[in-house]
Amino acid sequence: MKDIVVWAELREGKVVDVSFEMITKAVELGDTLGGSVIAVVIGDTCSSCANELISYGADRVVAVEDSRLALYQSGAYARVLADVLVDRAPEVTLIGGTSVGMDLAPRVAAILETGLTAHCVDLYIDTIDGTDQLVQVVPGWGGKIMIKILCPEQRPQMATVRPGVMEKGIPDYSRKGEIVAMTPDLNDDDFMARTLEFVKEKETGVVLESADIVVSGGFGLYASGGFQLVEQLADALGGEVAGTRPAFDHGWITEERMIGQSGKTLRPRLFVSVGASGAMHYTTGFQKAKVIVAIDRNPDAPIFTVSDIGIVGDLNTIVPRIIEELQEKKIQ
Amino acid sequence: MALHIIVPVKQVPDPEHFEKITLNRETGSINRAGVPSITNPLDRHALEEALRQKETAGGKITALTMGPPQARKVIEDALAMGADEGALLCDPLFAGADTLATARTLSAGIRSMGAYDLILCGNDTVDGATGQVPAQIATFLNIPHVTYVRKLDILDGGKAVAERKVEGGYLKVEVVLPAVVSVLKEINDYRLPTVMGIMEAAGKQIREITASVCREFGADEEKLGSKGSPTRVADVFESGLKRKVAIITGEPEEIARALVKKLRKLEAI
Repeated sequence: MKDIVVWAELREGKVVDVSFEMITKAVELGDTLGGSVIAVVIGDTCSSCANELISYGADRVVAVEDSRLALYQSGAYARVLADVLVDRAPEVTLIGGTSVGMDLAPRVAAILETGLTAHCVDLYIDTIDGTDQLVQVVPGWGGKIMIKILCPEQRPQMATVRPGVMEKGIPDYSRKGEIVAMTPDLNDDDFMARTLEFVKEKETGVVLESADIVVSGGFGLYASGGFQLVEQLADALGGEVAGTRPAFDHGWITEERMIGQSGKTLRPRLFVSVGASGAMHYTTGFQKAKVIVAIDRNPDAPIFTVSDIGIVGDLNTIVPRIIEELQEKKIQ
Repeated sequence: MALHIIVPVKQVPDPEHFEKITLNRETGSINRAGVPSITNPLDRHALEEALRQKETAGGKITALTMGPPQARKVIEDALAMGADEGALLCDPLFAGADTLATARTLSAGIRSMGAYDLILCGNDTVDGATGQVPAQIATFLNIPHVTYVRKLDILDGGKAVAERKVEGGYLKVEVVLPAVVSVLKEINDYRLPTVMGIMEAAGKQIREITASVCREFGADEEKLGSKGSPTRVADVFESGLKRKVAIITGEPEEIARALVKKLRKLEAI
């Protein structure tokens, strides 16, 4: 069978975006492989989200339901998913790289003794040595180098992908698919690690991924004494604030606003980078933005090689002028 | 209740020097010359956590690494920080391992250490950054695992409770020991080795574990190293998402005007 299985993650009862991104990619892979897309969702009562999964491209939804599985249970979920994979024997399995996905995928891969590639930035089918194989592309060494990985023999070929790296397709609510609800056969051994509760923490209300305009600041703001200019520019543009790892380390932004390989990947309409030289592990976080503007005082900064518009100069004199210009136009 | 805590550590290239890593486009090989090696930072947090648990409960800490002979250095550092004994898994047969084969090798090494209560790891490494090895070690040892841990309390009766970070908050997870727990940097601030610690380290044991020892403890030699790796690197290339930049020059006011005009034209604002 040349099927592709996608594990659909639920958060407070709803399917997370990255799972839809994986289904969209699975549809593309399935077109080449000639296989179906199967979404597996695990939880308490979760077959209600099946229709949405079908609208994004799942041909079949397997809903594994049990009240003990309402919250993520690392042992039980892994065994349940591994059982489905042994049963369906798919060619490929995709799991969204959230903190939960990154926990589940390796255990499943080890149970099945198959290959798993983390944080893929590209996935496609290529015919190699006469067989159709999943090419898994990952960045290495801070993003400087790209690595193509294969899993030539073991099946399924498994991959995780960070949220926002791949595109979510457009749902077609008229699509039809099959829904299979099943009750798993669980025992105490599956709950040696038992999640007791989910504790919500302060809602930051930041949804960076859906912002059209993002203004990001880096270490260059150190001389300005802080992030005020970045915040004011974001405000003037009607956008969100983000930053680099040094910005996070200095406490100018919270972790949710950190961009890059170990932070968020965004694709806004406009991305403005202020005072960041543009190390690869940062620029991979926004390289798919429509328009990229960089402001930095170093003319040789690598950020200018990945920008559409570059401004070389002192951000302390330039950014306030930009803010004024934007506000002047607004009044007009 | 004395604990035997095992801390796998990894020697990695120093990310401050990643820019120095070059790719030979002809041979496809990576040149790491001039890039110094360090202990993976998250592993130091794991070791610190082990030291704190030992300070409360008593017991012993074994630091373990899989690597070439020079990886011995990270074990020496771990002993200087306070680990009681060390082990170096070193054998040509281990080379070229992906995360699955690495986890198999580490698991066999761990099995050779006798009884243990807890395996504490860093959540991921600065080089591979897959974060896959802790859960895979747990699978091979047939014990539970908890990752993304920022707080760990070991209770009486062979259990622990962890705060496991997730998007939007955390999960409270109760786990039966022995278990694999991988930690985030927010779990603690790690101590640095003291002069006394470095001196004492010289008197501590570092055991060398070869493939034949792993075989004794259940590992199939065909499933170690590159032979035992379901994934393999097919190609390496330079990433090239370059754009053609238009530099705006002039006085700050002129630059600002030109930028806003251009952004309007591009319908970016």
